[in-house]
Amino acid sequence: MHAINYEAPKTLKDAVALLAQYGDKARPLCGGTDLIIQLRAGVRRPEHVVDVKKIPELRQVSFDPKKGLRLGAAVAAIEIHENADLRRYFPGLSEAAHLIGSNQIQGRASVGGNLCNGSPAADTIPALIALGAQCRVAGPKGERLVAAENFCTAPGRTVLQPGEILVEFQIPAPAAHSADAYLRFIPRNEMDIAVVGVGASVTLDLDEDRCTEARIALAAVGPTPIFASKAGAALKGKKLDAATIERAAKLAVEQSSPIDDMRGTAEFRRHLVGVLTRRTLALAIARARMA
Amino acid sequence: MDKKTVVETTINGEQIEFLCEPRQSLLEVLRDELGMTGSKEGCLTGDCGACTVIIDGRATCSCLMLGVEAQGHKIETIEGLANGAQLHPLQQKFLENASLQCGICTPGILMSAKALLDHNPTPSEAEIRYALAGNLCRCTGYDKIVRGVLDAAKAVASKAA
Repeated sequence: MHAINYEAPKTLKDAVALLAQYGDKARPLCGGTDLIIQLRAGVRRPEHVVDVKKIPELRQVSFDPKKGLRLGAAVAAIEIHENADLRRYFPGLSEAAHLIGSNQIQGRASVGGNLCNGSPAADTIPALIALGAQCRVAGPKGERLVAAENFCTAPGRTVLQPGEILVEFQIPAPAAHSADAYLRFIPRNEMDIAVVGVGASVTLDLDEDRCTEARIALAAVGPTPIFASKAGAALKGKKLDAATIERAAKLAVEQSSPIDDMRGTAEFRRHLVGVLTRRTLALAIARARMA
Repeated sequence: MDKKTVVETTINGEQIEFLCEPRQSLLEVLRDELGMTGSKEGCLTGDCGACTVIIDGRATCSCLMLGVEAQGHKIETIEGLANGAQLHPLQQKFLENASLQCGICTPGILMSAKALLDHNPTPSEAEIRYALAGNLCRCTGYDKIVRGVLDAAKAVASKAA
């Protein structure tokens, strides 16, 4: 690894000041499960590494069934999975965090890091998009909120400008009879990168037996995670019968733009988007009926 | 840029201060600066688990952590597993079950297994297999490793009873 300068600021203000000072020569470090590999491989070559794990705002989780969830960007995946509130109210996000690598990786990797790494195959990003997460970003010019679906711009690239840092996710309170789910396809049981991933959240009106809100997002089928807005919109106001779900799955396939690579062909991936959209919706709907 | 930093940690219960460059991984520090060569270098990408140590109670790949990040943290390594000449139940049961062949993966597997038993003293076979999913072994086929961990859990439970 090339020589680096390491700093671990204890406040958000100090972190922003350091990142602004170093500009594009700096990279924030969270769990390091992507960054340290990239430094070693020479894929990223920042002169300054700014460890963000000591900043209190990035480490906190606060959940209120009425106010929603504020999830610090640096909270480790394993802490998310261990949190009983998150497992109950956001099972899709909790399970997505629990799919990232091994125990060793989950103890270090964070959802914030998963998003900022900008991989199109990241497991937690479709879950965030499905939940309508807003990403709170702090920078030298102040703060801004970015919708999760607008955060990634290209493989390995995000909207973050030099000097900016992802602070937390703000996720709306779960409506009555709503739930989320995330499923991915890999050719084995554990420890692999998604060939395709699908996240979904649905809200039901049980009296009318209709869907009132639905969001669907896709992983590993485009240069960035994809918000399949048309697929979700096709469910809104509808009775969730097989034909309606089939139509949403078809629209999700249309919004995907996969390529052929070592993990699968574009054709196979399009097929998987349909299968996983149906299965993920079925799981989210079953959960929402119980919620 | 190559300035060395003083890092204060607790390693296997002992307060240890070391000097390292920011670019050095915790694994490099343990092996090259502190002479603790029990933790092994395998893939350097967090896939194989040979470098696994326990940080504040959690199994962690020491190849994916900078030495400077260890400041203020509690580290357990394979060197601290036995109590002098008294083997840890995991080590004893790994010997009795022939849970190792070449041995390169063994320190990492023992530390992952210890982190599991510390949290969950009575794991099921499935829980053991999930807990060890981040540790690769090319020799044993894993079955004897799983039996070793199951036996160690029983030994610890019967001792505690």
